[in-house]
Amino acid sequence: MQKLLATIIKDIRILTRDKLGLIFMFVMPIVLAIVITAVQNSTFEILNKNKVPLLLCNKDTGRAGIDLVKAIDKVGMFEIKTISADQDQAQISERMHAKDAVVAIIIPADYSSKTEARCKSIASKALKNFGMEVDTVRSGHDSLQPITLLYHPVLQESFRHSMNGALKSALQMVQSRLVLKNLYYSLNEKELPDSLENQILNNQVEINEIPVSRDGSRSIPNATQHNIPAWTIFAMFFIVISLGGSVVREKLSGSFVRLKTLPTNYFLALVSKQITYLLITLLQVAVIFSIGIWLFPHMGLPKLILPADITGVIIVSLICGWCAVSYAICIGVFAQTQEQSNGVGAVSIVLMAAIGGLLVPSFAMPQSFQFVMKLSPLHWCLEAFYGLFLEGGKLSDIMYNILPLLGITGFFQLIMLYGLKRKNLI
Amino acid sequence: MSLTAVSIDNLGFSYPGQDKPCLRNLCLEIGAGERFGLFGPNGAGKTTLMNLMTGLLNIQEGHIKLFGQEVSRHQLSIRKLFGFIPQELSFYRELSPVENMAFFGAWAGMDKKQIRDKTTELLEVLGLSEVRHKQVEKFSGGMKRRVNLAIGVMHNPRIIFLDEPTVGVDVHTRHAIINYLKALNSNGTTLVYTSHQLSEAEDLCDRIALIDEGRILAHDTLENLLESHREEGLEGLFINLTGKKFRDN
Repeated sequence: MQKLLATIIKDIRILTRDKLGLIFMFVMPIVLAIVITAVQNSTFEILNKNKVPLLLCNKDTGRAGIDLVKAIDKVGMFEIKTISADQDQAQISERMHAKDAVVAIIIPADYSSKTEARCKSIASKALKNFGMEVDTVRSGHDSLQPITLLYHPVLQESFRHSMNGALKSALQMVQSRLVLKNLYYSLNEKELPDSLENQILNNQVEINEIPVSRDGSRSIPNATQHNIPAWTIFAMFFIVISLGGSVVREKLSGSFVRLKTLPTNYFLALVSKQITYLLITLLQVAVIFSIGIWLFPHMGLPKLILPADITGVIIVSLICGWCAVSYAICIGVFAQTQEQSNGVGAVSIVLMAAIGGLLVPSFAMPQSFQFVMKLSPLHWCLEAFYGLFLEGGKLSDIMYNILPLLGITGFFQLIMLYGLKRKNLI
Repeated sequence: MSLTAVSIDNLGFSYPGQDKPCLRNLCLEIGAGERFGLFGPNGAGKTTLMNLMTGLLNIQEGHIKLFGQEVSRHQLSIRKLFGFIPQELSFYRELSPVENMAFFGAWAGMDKKQIRDKTTELLEVLGLSEVRHKQVEKFSGGMKRRVNLAIGVMHNPRIIFLDEPTVGVDVHTRHAIINYLKALNSNGTTLVYTSHQLSEAEDLCDRIALIDEGRILAHDTLENLLESHREEGLEGLFINLTGKKFRDN
């Protein structure tokens, strides 16, 4: 026990004197967690709270054009800046380059007349299908000009799709109103009353959004709940830089020769490193979670809400930490130089983070990556943490994530022992 | 009859991928309490022999016994018997002498009091008391050599293997190290020593072996060797037995 204690103290002393290693283990993941949460949070706020500046050029003077502008405004997603109708596409693009807005809509001059003609035609066809006598109306299908949507290239595809959907919804609203008015007029030979129009068109069934949680809580997941667990796992595995390097340094340094001539098995040194760095990973969890809980609200970011099952969080942190430590020692045992350990370690962690769903959500992975994803220990760590943080699960609910993680950790331990034995180190 | 500290019988060793064996049918006995020097040109097999005696390399042919115990069979227990001062500085440069000795002392099986007492004593004797809490990284070459020696002898081993312990140090440090080794030997500790400094061998060793191309060319007391080969000094004897050809090309 005295030997183990002395080894742990030695490892902690060396670790605390390795400034670069400490930066990699603590500062880098904290910065990553803050920056990425802030970025994702602002994207979330753009979509849900803030309005997107939109240049609107209505070249049409008719009623449908005005209704369309009102419908776009009603979507609630845009801060509309109306611009003069005589501006052409090139001038509008110029204003967008000057960052006046990231989106612009051009309504063509004949939008009202063509839309009205088309809607009249649709209404006539509908009445004819009911067997009613109606005036023959020329179809307006052939000459309807499209609405132009200009967007700044910085806009992400998902955001563009979201805007496109909103615009289509506004167009549908205008057309539905016109078809309805035409039908009503044909049947009753008088205008559709506003009250009835409102009842028919603005009486949609509401969508009630509920996050699916195991504990029945209805807290809406936010960027913090997603990012803090993800970047904590990344930080835990990034100890490969410090721990892998420490094993290689020890192997290459003269101290290793001395250790091999003393009446103690080198395995004890590895047990000590596992305990020391496991404590470090737990400290990383405590520091990053604390920042999420206490610092984020002061930075205008959502607060991290800890799950109800704190024991589960501790156990998952321990297992994730042990897996990260086992992987780092494996790298250290097999690497010939510190450069090899740092290079292979860092690149492999970024790759495992990417395929494990830390950078791209796992459900968005292509089918071909679904199997590879399951080989990444970071995937199982993330799923276990998300099971607690996002789904409100208990430890028993995430057992199917913990067991594969323990399996991978066991595999790393066996590989490590094999490497040590093969190199005659134990 | 005096006790045998090291007994080497028909030792052979080859490094993988090398045509010529590094050591061939080597036989040697070193008595307990002796100051024994191993000398030879570069690549003669001195360090390999040292590594085989300390268990750092696995024995391929023959036997080595330390105080009657087979090295290849009792690896962990045999490590308590000897101390090793390798040519390379063998400690953690990030730590101070006290921190290094606390760690290596524990690994050598010493308890806290033994470590504390021995650390105080050794750092005093080797002139390192004032820098006991400073990181070794910032020490001069001579100070690092003294730390290397202190760690290697702190657990009071019965035999100490020293692989060029004074390489690259100034006169004062060399003097301090040699004197300390003599003091240890006077208390019964066996010393097995390799060096390129032939003058040190003349000063320190009771008996020497000249080794070249994996074989022992001669071994005896220095006086007997000089007399039998009609040489006046160790350097002449060395050239006489090993030739003038460069060995590290």
